[in-house]
Amino acid sequence: MTAREVYLDNSATTRTAPRVLEAMAPYFSEKYGNPNSLHKYGREARAAVDAARAQTAALINAEPTDVVFTGAGSEADNLAVKGAAWALREKGKGAHIITSAIEHHAALSSVKWLGRMGFEYTILPVDGRGMVGPDALEAAIRPDTTLVTIMFANNEIGTIQPIKELGEVCRRHGVMFHSDAVQAAGHIKIDVKELPVDMLTMAAHKMYGPKGIGALYVRRGIKLIPTLHGGGQEFGLRSGTENVPAIVGFGKAAEIAKARLDAGADKKLAALRDYFIEGVLSKIPETRLTGAAGDDRLPFHTSFAVKYIEGEGVLLLLDAAGIYASSGSACTSGSLEPSYVLLATGLDHATAHGSLRLTMSHETTKEDIDYVLEKFPPIVEKLRAMSPFYNKK
Amino acid sequence: MYNQKVVDYFMNPRNSGRIEDASAIGEVGNPVCGDVMKIYLKINPQSEVIEDIKFETFGCAAAIATSSMITELAKGKTLANALKITNKDVADELGGLPAVKLHCSLLAQEGIQAAAADYYMKRDGKLPAGLSFPESSMSNGGAEEERFVSEDSRAAD
Repeated sequence: MTAREVYLDNSATTRTAPRVLEAMAPYFSEKYGNPNSLHKYGREARAAVDAARAQTAALINAEPTDVVFTGAGSEADNLAVKGAAWALREKGKGAHIITSAIEHHAALSSVKWLGRMGFEYTILPVDGRGMVGPDALEAAIRPDTTLVTIMFANNEIGTIQPIKELGEVCRRHGVMFHSDAVQAAGHIKIDVKELPVDMLTMAAHKMYGPKGIGALYVRRGIKLIPTLHGGGQEFGLRSGTENVPAIVGFGKAAEIAKARLDAGADKKLAALRDYFIEGVLSKIPETRLTGAAGDDRLPFHTSFAVKYIEGEGVLLLLDAAGIYASSGSACTSGSLEPSYVLLATGLDHATAHGSLRLTMSHETTKEDIDYVLEKFPPIVEKLRAMSPFYNKK
Repeated sequence: MYNQKVVDYFMNPRNSGRIEDASAIGEVGNPVCGDVMKIYLKINPQSEVIEDIKFETFGCAAAIATSSMITELAKGKTLANALKITNKDVADELGGLPAVKLHCSLLAQEGIQAAAADYYMKRDGKLPAGLSFPESSMSNGGAEEERFVSEDSRAAD
């Protein structure tokens, strides 16, 4: 028996890289100062936070002082969406927000909460690949629209949005543009000096950094109303003593990610992704890729809809074979509804229940993928043999 | 989330498949909710004993495990006794199910009920007193299952 284990749930979280952990360690033990203290220990911690801010900013070609650390990617989304919406309404600019149907709950639930606070919002549909159309965005903009929030790339289906085109529409209409880049940052090149993006969310644990630390890029000159009040840390936008070890870890993870991107690692991973996708589609009949393909898809991301079966059973059988994946089926979420993202792309309920997501890391090898391609098809066959919908020969 | 027995009944399903010359077939559930169960019965016309029983299920691991279990519990029983098996019996025999999966055991109980109703309709052209097609029977257009609050659903991303 092989004891191979293949972790393919990197959209959920990644392994903290050993070099990242190593960089963090001293800030738990000997360098434990509060960066807001004046003494040596404080100065040491402040210097570490400043350096990490520069590393994190460099990943997206931003100025260090335009990066705000938060307690999670979700918190950064909340700060961006609520902070900008309130600030712009206070200035009398309006109270209408535009978002898309496939946003992460951190953005979508923030927008809906603002809806209960007297704001109005529009949720844009997506096409079959999960793409938001720039024309549809333009048509939805009203004189009182202040903010647009559309994710950079989707967690469930890997689709990368036409951020440049969407941002240009926002610029043309003088509307602020935020993008949740939690899935994209560190995995594809992002340059905020080239992209018309005003705010951008990142999370360290999706790029081989630690959990519990996020960041929001905020273009200079933009005023946000903070969602957390207190000692005024992080330029007054995120009070609370800085999580120095996690911030240091974020900086290191960003530095490593940038070096990897500069070396073209995303192209290499995309080639393995396409090998994987072709293998699954050729070995498992009546299965389709969900989301976009090629350059419009995250390089580490694969997701499928397998007909006639339910995703949870596949996950458990894969788990027993040492393969760790995830699904957008209802049974894995504790609700009876399958993923709203898959439904938004036009998938019917029964097919959405058979969804499966396998997301690689830069540590995933071709041997790992070959192992999955060997184990996955018989698992599907076993469950299909039990399904009342599957037409047996 | 699942105990060992549930995992076993899912991994090694009992009585899965179909019976080509079934005396009765019950189909319950709703593909929209992600659970459809089809129960095939082979019934002795004299004794009304269930001589063979098979299932086909589209659904999660709990749906497949409860299907496995109810076929095991019902096999060899008379139809009247099989109808006395409750969803609680199924869940208890499996050593318990997570709260969000209890509806799967109800589906198993209703699968037998739907198959029994099919049997009597075919034989007598009417249902005996006290028996009806369950709400979730496909002959009623499938279940209108109560929706869980999606705000409570957990997200891994």
